[in-house]
Amino acid sequence: MTTQPTVAAESDPNPSAAPRPSGRTARIATTAAAALALAAVAIGYARHSSSAQAPDTAVTAETVSLAPGPRLLTLTSTGQVTTVGKADPGGARAVSPTKCDRAYAAAGTVACLYADGALGTVTMRVLSPDLKERKAIPVSGVPNRVRVSASGRMVSWTSFVGGDSYATLNFATRTGIYDSRTGTLFKTLETFSVVKDGKPYQASDVNYWGVTFTGDDNTFYATLYTKGHRYLVQGDFAARTVRTLRDRVECPSLSPDGTMIAFKAPVEGDSTRGWRLSVLDLKTGRVTETAETRSVDDQAAWLDGSTLAYAQQHDDGTKDLWSVPADGFGKPRLLLRNAHSPAALG
Amino acid sequence: MYLSSIDRPGTDAASPAGRSRLRGIKAVGGNVFALGTVSLLTDVSAEMVTAILPVYLVFGLSMSPLAYGTLDGVHTGATALLRLVGGYVADRVRRPKAVAGVGYAMSALAKLGLLAVGRSAGAIGFVIAADRAGKGLRTAPRDALITLSAPPHALARAFGVHRAMDSFGAFLGPLVALAVLAASGQAFDAVLVTSFCVAALGVLVLVLFVRDRHDERPPAAAPSPREAVALLRSAPVRRLLVAACLLGFAVIGDGFVYLLLQRREEVSLSSFPLLAVGTSLVYLLLAVPIGALADRIGRVPVVLGGYTALLGVYLLLTASLRGWPLVALVLVLHGLFYAATDGVLMALAGPVLPEHLRTTGLALIQTGQALAYLASSVLFGLAWQLWGPDTAVRCAAAMVVPAVAATALLLLVRPTTRSHTEETA
Repeated sequence: MTTQPTVAAESDPNPSAAPRPSGRTARIATTAAAALALAAVAIGYARHSSSAQAPDTAVTAETVSLAPGPRLLTLTSTGQVTTVGKADPGGARAVSPTKCDRAYAAAGTVACLYADGALGTVTMRVLSPDLKERKAIPVSGVPNRVRVSASGRMVSWTSFVGGDSYATLNFATRTGIYDSRTGTLFKTLETFSVVKDGKPYQASDVNYWGVTFTGDDNTFYATLYTKGHRYLVQGDFAARTVRTLRDRVECPSLSPDGTMIAFKAPVEGDSTRGWRLSVLDLKTGRVTETAETRSVDDQAAWLDGSTLAYAQQHDDGTKDLWSVPADGFGKPRLLLRNAHSPAALG
Repeated sequence: MYLSSIDRPGTDAASPAGRSRLRGIKAVGGNVFALGTVSLLTDVSAEMVTAILPVYLVFGLSMSPLAYGTLDGVHTGATALLRLVGGYVADRVRRPKAVAGVGYAMSALAKLGLLAVGRSAGAIGFVIAADRAGKGLRTAPRDALITLSAPPHALARAFGVHRAMDSFGAFLGPLVALAVLAASGQAFDAVLVTSFCVAALGVLVLVLFVRDRHDERPPAAAPSPREAVALLRSAPVRRLLVAACLLGFAVIGDGFVYLLLQRREEVSLSSFPLLAVGTSLVYLLLAVPIGALADRIGRVPVVLGGYTALLGVYLLLTASLRGWPLVALVLVLHGLFYAATDGVLMALAGPVLPEHLRTTGLALIQTGQALAYLASSVLFGLAWQLWGPDTAVRCAAAMVVPAVAATALLLLVRPTTRSHTEETA
């Protein structure tokens, strides 16, 4: 962009509207000064944020093993894979340098959903118990949920994909399933056929999240979103089908004996008011609210047949791990500070 | 940067034809470049936030998927009304720059608002709504200023220059966000602060460098609401409005196009965001040449050609072509569609509207188009639900043909604007 003061002055028949050269110099100077000041604000803030970042936790001499045993897998707030004794979560914590944004493990299969940089590539890493990579599946979006079936065979993940325009906020999720025995990979369940309320159903806004597997390594439960409803669905991986079971059930987590589903229920049916961690009895259909009255936005994990573990986030972004009995009695108990993504290894 | 006074047709005619290329750029006018700079900065700011918002909500604030997807319809309606009122106010006080400025400032402040409201769902919804309201408010006065700043014979080119700068900003935004994240150790709030600073600079450029109008307007009385409504009684305006609605109705929306493309091409899942980048790159490159073409051969044929490109997109989405040739062709045609329609339609509308009601008129046409587009995307979702994606796309393709034919009938057979474009060319 060039400036043409002489032409402007000569050809403008309306001098009152034309900028005076000195006026223009002043405006350019003002703009330059403002640009510098705003740049200083932005750079200053970025440097301040950079120094305020939580540092990584020191890696311990004790190596982290995610083989089956009486231990609890958790991630630190910065994503480092750690274990603690299940009976004594406040005791010594083994810390590894390996990072995940979400992690889960069962029977020697470790699922580590990791975003390499906030807008960079996201990878579903399937690791061995000593954290060596066995399989890497490229994924798009923001890591959200991850699960492994009890046998260690099936792996599922959910990522969160942005809308096309920030003003519309039409977010979508992508949920994939990987069968580590046959190598079968579905990067999105959106191609599965849906049976809603007994009838075949299709819609452009179908989204899945939060898969949990049953013991047969084929049947699974998940959340299906469409037209404002969040359904609990039961899926058949081999048949590529899902069917809706009931509304207002999000992030299901099947109990070890396969009879109960822990989930987050929208408070008074309105998820913008938060979620109540609840448990559904699959046989009777009865829902029990747990004693945790704060909003829980997590896919809970079963520590044993009767206890749930879940993360609570602080305003500064750090997370604490809590547990609560699944039967609605008792009260929430703080298990571990600076921890999320729990999985009982045995 | 201040070229506003050398774009006068008189100056233009006097300059030698041999310098036509330089003249072509200059003919667009400094005010248009200033507005383009404002849009460039504002789009850098907006797209920075677009790029990080999902990550920010999910990781930064630990929000759940789809918690906020329901705000959409209500705000679209409210924005439409605000746009009309804003357009009329701009004409009434005869200061489109001031109204546009309010819109730009609202969006800039919304960036700080996002930072300030924390993780309250309602407050985030409110801030996003304010940001969108700002966009609704500023579009018509800004486009009116472009029509008042460039000579009629170079109007489509002026819009091309403006839209190219605008898309360049959209293209830069995610890259700037990445750079800020890298420099700040992945701090989302630093991106929001930087986004605000860039938007604030845009507002300053608007205040200091954009002139309210090109010529001193005849000192007419402020238009009454009745006069604004009477716009609808003018046959050329009505024809253009109907055409804009018909064409808006033929558009199903970028989201659906990319979703359909992604469904056909499993590979593109991880590179999903690149589809939008590809489209804006094509748009960015073609906006100026196609604008110039529209000034030369007529704006109506170019707009119709643009919608024909959209028809091509729909047909490709159901055709048997696969792999990267499909993706490349769809993105080129989709970018071409934008380059040939978005700004050119406004260049078509400008000369038809009386100067003292130009912002109102542009707001009317933009609102008509936006509401038709909203209806079309709702119906498309419904068709998808009833008959599946393939049939839904075929329906959309079938909609384009009558829309283009009717537009041709309305605007070509009974020409209203060609005379304006030709008298100075």
